[in-house]
Amino acid sequence: MMGIRQCGSAAFAGAAFMIASGVFQGVASGQLAGDLLAARQAEARRIAVIEQASRASCSVFAASGQGGGSGVVISADGLALTNYHVVKPCGMYMHCSMPDGQLYDAVLVGLDPTGDVALIKLLGRDDFPTATLGDSDQVRVGDNCFAVGNPFLLATNFEPTVTWGIVSGVHRYQYPAGTLLEYADCLQTDAAINPGNSGGPLFNDRGELIGINGRASFEKRGRVNVGVGYAISINQIKLFLDHLSSGRIVDHATLGATVGTDHQGRVIVDNILQTSDAYRRGLRYGDEMVSFGGRSIRTVNQFKNVLGIYPKGWRLPLEYRRDGKTTQIEVRLAGVHSAQQLIELVEGRQGDSMPGPRRPPQPDSSKSEKSTIPAAAKKLIEKKSGFANYYFNRIRVSEIWERYAAQGVAGNADQKWRVEARLADQTPVTIVLSQTGSGMQWGEQAAVLDLDLDLSEQVIPLESGGLLPALHLWQRLVTLGPARFGDVYYLGGLPWNGVAGNAHVLTGTFNVVQMQFMFDPVDSQMIGLEMWTDPHRDPCVIHFDNYRSFAGTMFPSVIRVQNGDQFQWELFVDDVTLAQDDP
Amino acid sequence: MRFANTSQAIYFFAIGLASWLVPVPPTLVQPAVAQSPNDIHQVLQSVQPKMVKIFGAGGLNRLEAYQTGCLISGDGLILTSWSYVLDSDDVAVMLSDGRRLVAELVGFHPQLEIALLKIDVAEQPFFDLDAAGSANSGTRVLVFSNLYGIATGNEAVSVQRGVVAAKTKLAARRGAMETAYQGPVWILDAITSNPGSAGGAVTDRHGQLIGLVGKELRSSQSNVWLNYAIPVSELGPAIDEVLTGSARSRPATLVTPDEPMSLELLGIVLVPNVLARTPPFIDQIAPDSPAARAGFRPDDLIIEVAGALTPSRNEVTRRLENVDRDSAVTITVQRGQQFIKQTLRVN
Repeated sequence: MMGIRQCGSAAFAGAAFMIASGVFQGVASGQLAGDLLAARQAEARRIAVIEQASRASCSVFAASGQGGGSGVVISADGLALTNYHVVKPCGMYMHCSMPDGQLYDAVLVGLDPTGDVALIKLLGRDDFPTATLGDSDQVRVGDNCFAVGNPFLLATNFEPTVTWGIVSGVHRYQYPAGTLLEYADCLQTDAAINPGNSGGPLFNDRGELIGINGRASFEKRGRVNVGVGYAISINQIKLFLDHLSSGRIVDHATLGATVGTDHQGRVIVDNILQTSDAYRRGLRYGDEMVSFGGRSIRTVNQFKNVLGIYPKGWRLPLEYRRDGKTTQIEVRLAGVHSAQQLIELVEGRQGDSMPGPRRPPQPDSSKSEKSTIPAAAKKLIEKKSGFANYYFNRIRVSEIWERYAAQGVAGNADQKWRVEARLADQTPVTIVLSQTGSGMQWGEQAAVLDLDLDLSEQVIPLESGGLLPALHLWQRLVTLGPARFGDVYYLGGLPWNGVAGNAHVLTGTFNVVQMQFMFDPVDSQMIGLEMWTDPHRDPCVIHFDNYRSFAGTMFPSVIRVQNGDQFQWELFVDDVTLAQDDP
Repeated sequence: MRFANTSQAIYFFAIGLASWLVPVPPTLVQPAVAQSPNDIHQVLQSVQPKMVKIFGAGGLNRLEAYQTGCLISGDGLILTSWSYVLDSDDVAVMLSDGRRLVAELVGFHPQLEIALLKIDVAEQPFFDLDAAGSANSGTRVLVFSNLYGIATGNEAVSVQRGVVAAKTKLAARRGAMETAYQGPVWILDAITSNPGSAGGAVTDRHGQLIGLVGKELRSSQSNVWLNYAIPVSELGPAIDEVLTGSARSRPATLVTPDEPMSLELLGIVLVPNVLARTPPFIDQIAPDSPAARAGFRPDDLIIEVAGALTPSRNEVTRRLENVDRDSAVTITVQRGQQFIKQTLRVN
């Protein structure tokens, strides 16, 4: 009955339209033809864009056959993005189907449980179709977008499902479950995101990857789309890509301070740890947050949106206001979790608060899995606590080290280095470095390391935060190499002054001292290091600049040393001699 | 009618033979808006400052303490849904720039389940109901609402895109939907009926208001949530009614009689007064009382006393205090989707 009535009134309205437009019929029909042509062209364009972009999408299936989701390939050698909560039940080996009708073996590469991102590697080709990474900061509300994926695991014929919509919101913040699965600065879309879409790509209408779908608002509506889906912004993932390629379980960041809104609507520091870098840089309880990471801060969500997109260890500009005076500082972000906490969260029981498809609990599939993992995939799987897949870390460390060694730097075991330098004020500085004993003389002062004592107790010179032990450990890495240094792994990429892009970071622990060695992203030259004798103190930061040849090896001719805001040295190297160490 | 002229309204709704005869000016065929419908960003920019987030009662038992509203005057009149969220003395309105203001309840329309709030602002962008757009089946629409309370502070409310799937009456689904409003609605193909979306704006592609997102409605037969909007053509007259009605009911010089009427005399016990603005639901009816004779029952909601709207339990008591116990008093109650008006008199 309703249908009939509806038809009646529609026809009626149609008739009214014809009468009204009769006078202008000639104009109207010309315009109509033009509109129709434009609409058809737009449709053809849309079909072509979807077809092209969809080729890089994949469906992820647990090898045990239980559970799965979606993903998107971003490199020709098969690196693909998906959600942490998609690969969690899969373990380190999974199957991925692509629209070409092929099923590929895939292995886990890296995990970001807090950001709900995982990097996996599809095997068997070096010419995978790839998605073009877009710029999610340019996405505006109202932009067309589309999601490609495997909702309800429908892609039994490996053909993905495409859903089209608009961007409903940008810079959205969705709270984590505990400390995991936080969606900061994410995109909101009305394109249908359903269970199984998790991990799949969100493209803009040019077919550029702008996000990874992973979450939706359901609440009382049951687990189907209600017009509100969220995608992790691709710009956040770009900041984590080097970290994810490290094969590690990577951590997000905390400022060591929390903020709240006061009665005037200002964003105020309402709690701060005295051990945090922000505190050491001068931030205090009650300070008003003005900007953070280059964005102005007017709400708590805006603050969380900045904090939530950076890896642990990143350094960000922060501007605060106190008594009407604005101060700008640079703060180093600490980790949300301790290493042990993160391992427990990832290796612990399966989270019951996953935003994605809920799956039946996994039987112990790891045993049956082992026998079925093909040899090609097995080669790329190495288990190690704290790592998603240690294989990839080992590879990255040796890649970086090989390229560094090719720079013609010193690097023989049992070497003794003697460095003659002077400070800007012409104070002479002599540094002798060897793994059997290091020492330095500067002006009237001199000191040697006692290698029988903890290096953390020998902060020499005191104001430098430990220049001598830092250089001693530098010499240790350079002469012994990462394998013999101690526990060395590839951390990922971090910004470093004077480098375009991010420096590659090798991190190592020796004798309770934490080291971070920075390598140039282009030629892998070592451009600096940071040493912590105490995680709650400022590190000794050293920049190696202007490498040139001394005694036949490449050596930095300028060494800049910094500790906190107070100490700064610039060492100009005059001469370097390398000798065989005789203990 | 909130249309420029009658023919416009008739043309758009096509409900009457008259439209065969009335010449329709060509400007009405092409919407008289300079903007290109393709420039969605410009449209969104013009609409967002007219949207407000509303925070009030709730927060328990899956009753969200937030909803959406639309500014309909430059001096801060806000159109929204009449819901439990407004059952609070402390209803806050957040403007699109993040300013948080206290809102005053101007009045509500029980049949349409809409309410008007007032905040103290000047020269705020607003939806001009006199220049509102219209729709038909197939009209593409944009829907603005703070569904799920996603946006906080100065963050923009969510935008969804859809198509008017049908125009129908909620009464056509008699019994399936628990709603007081039974009039015409736009049914939308987008999933717009969500927690917090009530009071949101449905606009055409030029950003002209064509409807208000209604309260969440679920079919008791199929459990399906209905995505609908109340057409602006229904809202205009109702808003006028609320504005004039509330003007009439403002207690300028109300006399308190020596021996006033009371709930006890009428045989009515209301639910306990637990909120700042407890909805006046009847808890018990005394046997053989005037209320019993009038046919009132427990769970009826008192909507009106002596011609004045009664949004709260306190308001019912206050209104009765202005009635002499020897006079008759008219009381309207809502029972499910029915409105029952009775005149009660104490013997």
